[in-house]
Amino acid sequence: MTHPAIEVHQARKHYGAIKALDGVNLRIEQGEFFGLLGPNGAGKTTLINLLAGLALPDGGRLSVLGHDVVKEYRASRRLLGMVPQELVFDPFFTVRETLRLQSGFFGLRHNDAWIDEVMYHLDLTAKANTNMRRLSGGMKRRVLVAQALVHKPPVIVLDEPTAGVDVELRQSLWRFIQQLNRDGHTVLLTTHYLEEAEALCTRIAMLKCGQIVALDSTQNLLANLTGYRVWLKLAGSLPATLLKQVVKRTEGSYLLTLPSYHALELVLAELRLAGVAIQEMRLQQPDLEEVFLSLVGRTSSEAKHVKLL
Amino acid sequence: MSSFYSLLHKEMFRVWKVGFQTLLAPVLTALLYLLIFSHVLSQHIEVYPGVHYTAFLVPGLAMMSVLQNAFANSSSSLIQSKITGNIVFVLLAPIAYWEFFAAYVLASMLRGLVVGVGVYVAALWFVQPPLQFPMWIILFAVLGSAMLSSLGVVAGLWAEKFDQLAGFQNFIIMPLTFLSGIFYSIHSLPPFWQMLSRFNPFFYMIDGFRYGFFGVSDISPWTSLMIVSGCMLGITLLSLRLLKSGYKLRH
Repeated sequence: MTHPAIEVHQARKHYGAIKALDGVNLRIEQGEFFGLLGPNGAGKTTLINLLAGLALPDGGRLSVLGHDVVKEYRASRRLLGMVPQELVFDPFFTVRETLRLQSGFFGLRHNDAWIDEVMYHLDLTAKANTNMRRLSGGMKRRVLVAQALVHKPPVIVLDEPTAGVDVELRQSLWRFIQQLNRDGHTVLLTTHYLEEAEALCTRIAMLKCGQIVALDSTQNLLANLTGYRVWLKLAGSLPATLLKQVVKRTEGSYLLTLPSYHALELVLAELRLAGVAIQEMRLQQPDLEEVFLSLVGRTSSEAKHVKLL
Repeated sequence: MSSFYSLLHKEMFRVWKVGFQTLLAPVLTALLYLLIFSHVLSQHIEVYPGVHYTAFLVPGLAMMSVLQNAFANSSSSLIQSKITGNIVFVLLAPIAYWEFFAAYVLASMLRGLVVGVGVYVAALWFVQPPLQFPMWIILFAVLGSAMLSSLGVVAGLWAEKFDQLAGFQNFIIMPLTFLSGIFYSIHSLPPFWQMLSRFNPFFYMIDGFRYGFFGVSDISPWTSLMIVSGCMLGITLLSLRLLKSGYKLRH
C-alpha cells in the first residue's frame, strides 16, 4: 500500500487564545506539486512547522509518507526536507562545512558527491569555501535550499522560498525544484506570489484563520470561481437586469462577472436595449489573485457552500 | 548515533573555530587572577600547613575555569542558535532529545576541561602544586563540568535574550563561584558565612577537587562527592525533561 506524501488529519494548534490551526485535513499524494496559500497569519507556517516537528500539535495527526511526525519523528524527518522562511545561517561555518554538518545530522557521512551536485544546481560551487557571513541574502537563501536537500528527501517543503529573492535566483530555483518534482519528489510550497503558485502547482489549498477554505486543482480553482469579468464605463445607469452581476461599482463604472465570453453578448444586448452608451470597456482575465481575494473575503462556511470542499 | 556524533562534532568545531576566545582567553584570565592574588596575599595567608598560598590557589582557579567555561559554552551556543534561528537545522534533523543533550553537554565539558588543564599547565611556570590523588581530581573535574554544562543547557533554553543569560551568569553563577572558597578555606570565615557556604554546591566541587591535589580539605571528599553527584543528577534530569517537552524550542 502506498502512503500519501503528506497526510494531515484534524490538526489543531493554538497559541494562547489564537487558533493557528483549527481542524485542518489535507492529503497530498506522492509526486504532487502542491501549493498552500493564504494571507499572513492564516496558519500556513504553523501547518508546515507541525509537519517538520518544529512545533507540536495540540490535537490531530500528521504524517509524512505514513510516518507520524510525533511518534515516528526520526523516520518522518528523514523523509522531509524543509526550507524555512527566515533567512537563518550559522556564522561559524563555510558553505561546504554547513552542508557537511547538515548531512551528518541526518546520519550521512561521505555525502560530498551529492553536496557537490546540489551546489552545482544552485550555483553555489564558487562559494563552497566562503563563510556564511560573507554571502549575500540571495546566496544564503540558496544554501538554505541546499541544506534542505542534503538527505535527498522524497518530500520537500518550501516556506515562501522566494520572498525577497531576485528574479534570476527565483527562476533557477524553480527550474531545480521542478526537476526534482519530475524526478518524483513531492513538493509542498507556500508563497505570497500567486503567479508562482499558478505556474507551478497542480493543486492548491487556501487557508484562512486556521482552516482550509478551498482545495482543488489549480485549473478548477481558476475555472469555477472567477469566470471572466468586464469593466464598463457607461454614459447612463446600468439596466436593473444586470445588477445581480455587479461585483464593484464606482462613479459611473461597473465591474460585472461573466460566466463565459458568450455572456458578454447578453450584457451588450441589455445595454443596447436600455439605450445606454458604453464609454470604456475592459475585459479581465481570471487569475489566482481573484480567487484568493474572493475566498479570503468569505467565511469558511460560505466557501464550503460554493462546493469546493 | 551518527546524528549525535555530528552534533557533537559541530559543537566542538564551533569552539575550535573561535579558540582564541573560548580556550586561550579564559586561561589568560585565570593566570591574571593567580598573579595578582598570589602577589598581594601570599605573605599574609597560609591556608593549609606547609602549602604555599600560590599553590593553594591553583586548583581553585583551574576548577573555576572548568565550571565557568562549561556553563558558558552550552548556554551561549544555545542562545546564539536560538536568537539567530539556526537552531532550526538541529530541530529539523532526526536527533533525539537525549542525543541533543549529550552532544551539547559533552562538547561543553570538553571545553571546560581543556581550559582547566590549560590553567594548570600554565600555572606550573610559577608553582608546582602536588598531585596527591589524581583520581579525585579527575572525578570532581568531570562531575563539576557535567553539572555546569547541564545547567548551561537549562539556562540557554530558558533565556530568550542575551541579557537574561548574562543575568543568570552574573547573579547566580558568579556569586556561587566566588563564594565557594576558590581564594580561601571556609574555615577562615565567620561561623554564619561558613554555614551559608555549605548550601553552595560549588563549594563541594572546589573542596573535593582541591583534596585531590593536597590530600587536605575542609570536609570529607566523600561527602562532597555525594552532594556534587546529587546536584549533577538533579540538573541533568531537569535539563532532559525540558528538552523532551520541547520547552522553548518546539513551540
